[in-house]
Amino acid sequence: MTIAFPTPDATILARREDILRGLSRLVAPEALIVSEDERRAFETDGLTAYRKLPLAVVLPSTTEEVAAVMRFCHENRVKVVPRGAGTSLAGGAIAQEDAIILCIAKMNRVLAVDFENRTARVEAGITNLAISQAVAHEGFFYAPDPSSQLACTIAGNIAMNSGGAHCLKYGVTTNNLLGVTLVMNDGTVVEIGGEHLDSPGYDLLGLICGSEGQLGVVTEAVVRILRAAEGARPALMGFETVEDAGACVAAIIGAGIIPVAIEYMDRPAINICEAFAHAGYPLDVEAMLIIEVEGSDAECEDMLRRIVEIAKPYRPKTLKVSQSEAESAAIWKGRKSAFGATGRISDYICMDGTIPTGQLPYVLKRIDEIVTAKGLRVANVFHAGDGNLHPLILFDINKPGEMEKAERAGEEILKLCVEVGGCLTGEHGVGIEKRDLMRCQFTEAELQQQMRVRAVFDPGWLLNPAKVFPLEGRVAA
Amino acid sequence: MTAYRPGIEAEACAVIADAAARGTPLCIAGGGTKAEIGRPAQGEATLSAAGLDGITLYEPAELVIAARAGTPLAEIERTLAEKNQRLPFEPPDHRALLGSAGEPTIGAVAAANLSGPRRIQAGAVRDSLIGVRLVNGRGEVVRSGGRVMKNVTGLDLVKLMAGSWGTLGLITEVTFKVLPEAERVATLLLPGLDDARAIEALCAAVASPFEVTGAAHLPVALGQEARTLIRIEGFSFSVDYRLGELRRLLRRFGAAEVLEGAVADALWCAVRDAMPLAEPRDKVLWRISTAPKRGPALALSIAQRLEARWFYDWSGGLVWLATEPSGDAGAAVVRAAVKQAGGHATLIRAPAEVRAAVEVFEPLPEPLMRVTRDIKAAFDPARIFNPGRMYAGI
Ligand SMILES: Cc1cc2nc3c(=O)[nH]c(=O)nc-3n(C[C@H](O)[C@H](O)[C@H](O)COP(=O)(O)OP(=O)(O)OC[C@H]3O[C@@H](n4cnc5c(N)ncnc54)[C@H](O)[C@@H]3O)c2cc1C
Repeated sequence: MTIAFPTPDATILARREDILRGLSRLVAPEALIVSEDERRAFETDGLTAYRKLPLAVVLPSTTEEVAAVMRFCHENRVKVVPRGAGTSLAGGAIAQEDAIILCIAKMNRVLAVDFENRTARVEAGITNLAISQAVAHEGFFYAPDPSSQLACTIAGNIAMNSGGAHCLKYGVTTNNLLGVTLVMNDGTVVEIGGEHLDSPGYDLLGLICGSEGQLGVVTEAVVRILRAAEGARPALMGFETVEDAGACVAAIIGAGIIPVAIEYMDRPAINICEAFAHAGYPLDVEAMLIIEVEGSDAECEDMLRRIVEIAKPYRPKTLKVSQSEAESAAIWKGRKSAFGATGRISDYICMDGTIPTGQLPYVLKRIDEIVTAKGLRVANVFHAGDGNLHPLILFDINKPGEMEKAERAGEEILKLCVEVGGCLTGEHGVGIEKRDLMRCQFTEAELQQQMRVRAVFDPGWLLNPAKVFPLEGRVAA
Repeated sequence: MTAYRPGIEAEACAVIADAAARGTPLCIAGGGTKAEIGRPAQGEATLSAAGLDGITLYEPAELVIAARAGTPLAEIERTLAEKNQRLPFEPPDHRALLGSAGEPTIGAVAAANLSGPRRIQAGAVRDSLIGVRLVNGRGEVVRSGGRVMKNVTGLDLVKLMAGSWGTLGLITEVTFKVLPEAERVATLLLPGLDDARAIEALCAAVASPFEVTGAAHLPVALGQEARTLIRIEGFSFSVDYRLGELRRLLRRFGAAEVLEGAVADALWCAVRDAMPLAEPRDKVLWRISTAPKRGPALALSIAQRLEARWFYDWSGGLVWLATEPSGDAGAAVVRAAVKQAGGHATLIRAPAEVRAAVEVFEPLPEPLMRVTRDIKAAFDPARIFNPGRMYAGI
């Protein structure tokens, strides 16, 4: 437990009853959660080691209600933590005793779908997967596909600029977002973007995306929907060394092929996933790649043939090109269950740094050394095409000190990512988890510049205030 | 007017810090080829990035290139071509349109965020721009993003710099994600369609699974038979397959011809650079972004009130429109039509007097204008960078 929380504001705690009364005038009774029991459900997110009871939870149903709550909180200097489904792995949705949680999960309708213009307007509490489901009957889908897509909301995706397994080809949230309705700190409602491309003036949409709930509350979104490819087919390759797997990825990309996904798993990850999913993964290799291509049957075949040819010099020990829907599903099931399967055998923390892919062998070796030196184990699953690592550091929460060791190993790994030219987080966000590491990646002037931009939207640090920026040295307006 | 052309970033920092202290407004330039876009800038000195030159990183296997801001775009494209790669967003070259000379620089490509036909499939400049270095109005070096494709660390200032037209800082280095060059490019040409039918055909093609990377329509009013263009790219085998499928899909729009090679390349360059409307030179040019299916109605509603010619890119979502420079250069009519359809319009070409008198960029509602002003102040408190180029007071 090494992450600090600021001391709650005593004047707010003292005014709790007042504040609850004020909020109760703004939303329906069932939309305001005050009892300790019910607040418990909101005390943490995907970073479950950290828990803080919020002052209250508000579950609005309309943009107008969100605006009213924001105006009230602004006038009363109450902190607000926006929340979607609470799956953040960075602690981004964890609040505190002096803050309310504003959870938009009830706002989950599809408002309009326009297949010709390839757009969907949705309420921001809709889940990622529900968007794809709502347009699937016409063969369309929403491209960014975080593994948590069944649960996580588009609001959370926008706040974290979430990615997924297929973003090598389709990009991450920011590349698929066309517009938002944003409620600003004082309750002002603005429309940014819309059904068209690009922005007049500064790219505020690009700024909002990935801003981790610090600049306003997103209540609606316009997203790009895409027509799905005619088909997709993965191939699975096992390699004797990390270097071979890494060089193979470089060779494929160097040959002008951009597969829709290139996922990497190391031996411990393969073992964990195979035991759970029985996906037919090879257990005698050091590294495994899942490479997926898209198109018609004949196109997939042609592309996979090229890829197999390119892979040959790297002597894949296993090479399995999926021959059926069922085989494809099995190959992906193992990968998609990586976090869940790991969670069944051990406690773990999931890191999320990105590195230049050329550094892969070196970084994986160093990760192993770092974790082993702490007496712990690590499993690696990640998006190899873009260098976004997900080392899962395994530990036992019941052994005193192990979690702290795991956190320290995680820190060292993230510093390593920055050292080799990468970054602290590729898709999970900074939240509270990496907040205190920001000075490893940014200079003081850079942090100040970001905080000055933040202050344009929230000069009083009331919106998701304990996140992203180190608690010391913060600037106001 | 003093002209600064620093050869290293530290020198740029010193010039800027000094200008900030004195309150000297600076015109920020690269190669100067887009100097005539925007409201006439009110600088007392010019600060050019053209001396900050050179590719600083190129890793073909990682799909990433970085270069100092003054590096000529042509040098970047040449270097990428040697490894069979390219910038995904197809940057336009508006020199012929604007009658400007000089070498476009890569920093200005980022600062203008103008993207070509492939925008609909591969994203805009801002989608490929993964890192920037800039000097802010305090003379401090600020980096945002980096050289890796996935990066959500801190606020995304890269996006703010893309399309900021030199009003927030001097960009000194940019990093782009790149993509492989296609093995083969082919274009389907559907002749003789009117606007509405043409956009219907383009939208049907773009909404197919066949990965269209260009979708443009040149109406009959441009002086030739109307041409509707659909481009696909990729491995030869796959291009053949998709050509066949698209032809079948679009059968109801008439027989399509297939164009490949120099003729087709020239057509797409013309679309990219808005050349169909380059002449007559005295006409002003609007660049309008809207939802694709609303393009024809938008153009028509403008044409009912103004003498106008136009063509479409981005499947109908980008309308290039030429009209008379007299009066407000059509601003009131264009803005009203855009308001109706949703989107935004930029007056890309117009005489300086016109650009001084009418808004060049889409006016923003007051809450967003307030945000815009405050963001400007957050980067450039002394308001020295290109003051007034995007909006009065910015
Ligand atoms: C098993 C598992 C797998 C995962 N896999 C992936 C993956 O593959 N890729 C990936 O990128 N992430 C992944 N994640 C992380 C997480 O799912 C994403 O960050 C997701 O986008 C969070 O969405 P959420 O709705 O749960 O948001 P929350 O956790 O509720 O909130 C996340 C952040 O968004 C802010 N926020 C929420 N709603 C709003 C709003 N309306 N307006 C403004 N800000 C708001 C919050 O304040 C917080 O900072 C995974 C998580 C889990 C648990």
